[in-house]
Amino acid sequence: MANNTFYNEVLTYHNMNPIHKHDIDDANFELEGVNPSCGDDIILKLKIDEQGKIVNGGYTGDGCAISQASADMMLDLVIGKPKEEAIRLADIFFRMIKGNITDEELDELDEASILQDISHMPARVKCAVLGWHTLENIIKDADENGIPKIGIEKK
Amino acid sequence: MDKFNIEDFTLLKQQNIHYLDNAATTQKPNCVLEAVREYYDKKNANPMRGLYDLSIAATEAYEDAREAVSKFINARDVSEIIFTRNATESLNLVAYSYGMNFINEGDEIIINISEHHSNMLPWREVAKKTGAIIKYYECDSDGRVDPDKLDEMMNERTKIVAIAQVSNVFGYTQDIKEISKRVHKYGAYIVCDGAQSVPHIPVDVQDLDVDFLAFSGHKMYAPMGIGVLYAKKEILEKMPPFLYGGEMIEYVTKDSATYAELPHKFEAGTVNDGGAVGLHAAIDYMNNIGWDTLIGRELHLTKIAMEEMAKIPNVSIIGSDKAENHSGIITFKIDGVHPHDIAAIFDSKNIAVRAGHHCTQPLHQHMGLMSTTRASITFYNNEADIEAFIDCLKGIREAMGYGK
Repeated sequence: MANNTFYNEVLTYHNMNPIHKHDIDDANFELEGVNPSCGDDIILKLKIDEQGKIVNGGYTGDGCAISQASADMMLDLVIGKPKEEAIRLADIFFRMIKGNITDEELDELDEASILQDISHMPARVKCAVLGWHTLENIIKDADENGIPKIGIEKK
Repeated sequence: MDKFNIEDFTLLKQQNIHYLDNAATTQKPNCVLEAVREYYDKKNANPMRGLYDLSIAATEAYEDAREAVSKFINARDVSEIIFTRNATESLNLVAYSYGMNFINEGDEIIINISEHHSNMLPWREVAKKTGAIIKYYECDSDGRVDPDKLDEMMNERTKIVAIAQVSNVFGYTQDIKEISKRVHKYGAYIVCDGAQSVPHIPVDVQDLDVDFLAFSGHKMYAPMGIGVLYAKKEILEKMPPFLYGGEMIEYVTKDSATYAELPHKFEAGTVNDGGAVGLHAAIDYMNNIGWDTLIGRELHLTKIAMEEMAKIPNVSIIGSDKAENHSGIITFKIDGVHPHDIAAIFDSKNIAVRAGHHCTQPLHQHMGLMSTTRASITFYNNEADIEAFIDCLKGIREAMGYGK
């Protein structure tokens, strides 16, 4: 059973007043993440510079509060960080959802740590991880195919 | 005085839950669970096969259940009742056995846009394999199918009209009797999904003159895993078996087989006798309570809920504004709040509702909605359930960060 405090101010704030829910003009990576069963849909855009640093990011889309707020909080965390660091944070996030995390690691997730209790709501886990999985896939693509200098590589 | 007691339902009595997901599945009364237990304690053997007393008792229990179902929906003949796993399997049986063999290229299949995927996807498979054409009927905003408008869509190429008597989203009860008349005018068959109607209103297959009717036991207080296909005998007789194997043959050689008489031709393999016995007990339970109570309580609660919901800003009900047109099904949306968030907040107050597309994605696309939330009421719900539901509903937008 869900705890009603789950929909706390941090989560509803990020859902109602997202900081990063907007298009990115100079993004060089773009990927859509979808949860078909519930209709969560985000398009994540990142600008990763030649040194592999995520210099800008944003998302557009539609979905439940958890999917949208989680993507917003994720971007708060990863913008300005090297892509390897973003992957490390994604790994911590996934382990948090599985309940396998230390207190120090939890602190690293900052506001995203409020989603810790999602592990008790199995049906909503996929909402919380949608943005993170999309991020992980974008970075994998950057690692495999290199970082384009300008423009988005459309798939 | 109502002829039922909440004590009949152990789960509802023992758990602190407001169960408003009855269109998905109902809770099971003790008499049903006891009947299943008694079957396994006293009569369990492989029915149809043995030549000993216990197997004969098992066979009788199964055939008594068929008789009870036949009476419940007023079939002409008990052999018109085929036991399946659920309504979905019943509808697949019709599509695979009738559809794949009697529908040809260029034939037309009309499907109401609000159909559950189970009365839609099997027909799309039939169309894909046979070259038949699918045409969608677009019901109105109450969920109603107008027999005149449907008539205009039909012609001599129309072979199947797939339509639910009660939609699992709108709760609207179609005029199936009139629709059947129109369908038969063109020599087509009506495949009626009764999953939401048979548990909630008296259904008389002879009066409605439907060719096929499918429903599930688990939505009418019986165990999961037992369902029914009713079909007119003359149609069943010309249909080939759906599944092949044990219990459905008369005679098999290395090269040929003759198939058993109806209804066994369509019941391959060891049957779900315990489930059939449970369905029999559920029918007895419903008959004992009576339609006046079953419908009366459901309508009373639906009315209260809809009146209160109409007062809440930013909440809108899908379908008719009259409780009589909902069969206890209230599908709704809250502006700016995703249905999965709505359901999670209800869950935090121990209120069970359904959120999503309710297996009707084409309908949701037609309505321009990704998903909705559904509360579905039945007779064993009470005013406290509705009160809890309304209290929680009132606070959802605020809980999600909107101002009061």
